[in-house]
Amino acid sequence: MRIGILYDIPRWEERNLIEEAKKLGHEVKLEYTKDSIFLTNERREQEIDVFIQRSVSHNKALLSSLVMESLNFTVINDYNTLIRCENKAITTFLLSKHNIPTPKTGIAFNPEKALELANKIGYPVVIKPIEGSWGRMVAKAQDEDTLRSYVEYQSYSIQKFRDSYYIQEYVNKPNRDIRIFVIGDEVPVGIYRVNDKNWRTNTALGAKAEPLKIDEELRELTLKVREVIGGFFLGVDIFEDKERGYIVDEVNGVPEYKNTVRVTGFNVSQFLIRKIEELIKK
Amino acid sequence: MVLLKCPVCNGEVQVEDDALPGEVVEHECGAQLEVVKEDGKMSLRLAEQIGEDWGE
Repeated sequence: MRIGILYDIPRWEERNLIEEAKKLGHEVKLEYTKDSIFLTNERREQEIDVFIQRSVSHNKALLSSLVMESLNFTVINDYNTLIRCENKAITTFLLSKHNIPTPKTGIAFNPEKALELANKIGYPVVIKPIEGSWGRMVAKAQDEDTLRSYVEYQSYSIQKFRDSYYIQEYVNKPNRDIRIFVIGDEVPVGIYRVNDKNWRTNTALGAKAEPLKIDEELRELTLKVREVIGGFFLGVDIFEDKERGYIVDEVNGVPEYKNTVRVTGFNVSQFLIRKIEELIKK
Repeated sequence: MVLLKCPVCNGEVQVEDDALPGEVVEHECGAQLEVVKEDGKMSLRLAEQIGEDWGE
């Protein structure tokens, strides 16, 4: 198989993918999106069976997936999936429409309405950039006074969606959340992300990864998320609520998995490539 | 190893032969640099700051 990897920063994951693909006897062609030029209807001479999208920048990921698909290449993940993952409002409202439990969430388009929305949800609330990552600028407001400040900061920020206020209930989860992976049609591995010091459980903010035992309910829920969001390789973030059980928070279309491999010993890259082999043979 | 010039201080920077385009190298002058490959030639430029749309 000839595998193309679309990337902008070579992290551990991209290097590991290259290594595992080669070990399995595949050819790897790297496409460094940052210095590439993409033209409509451009005939590309290279023969690639599948592209794996690994760009850190959402914009580069989305557009380079779109371009490659327009040239009739198979791309994992496709741009439609990336749109549904990258914009948190799209993710949440789509999941909610399909009766997948999500935190109570709303969106408002001016500061006063954002405060009104928070009152409807009930404090404490969480305000997040609609497109953001690694937990950046995700803030918890205990009361209206605090939220008013956050809303004002957002309105004067340079965020792309600074006029869209995405506000969620604060889910009283334990000191951890779940990151679970969809690869092809399977849910083979996941981790807990534990943080005793910060309610935000992103590993980028210092949460510790611990192996997760996947129960049937979690597996089914994760596959249902995939039915709604699409895609072939997803990282799904799930909260555990004492009363309501599992609640889906976010879905990542270009997931990182270094810590998952480290604590579980599960070879994510190899599993992904094996599942792609099955896909291409079909 | 390949010996390259730091575009900030003009000092020497050692980079692995098999470095990939986009790889980030930190130079002793404090500059964060990224590897560029053009026509088979390797060079360095200032690395990008973390973008608003970066990450998962």
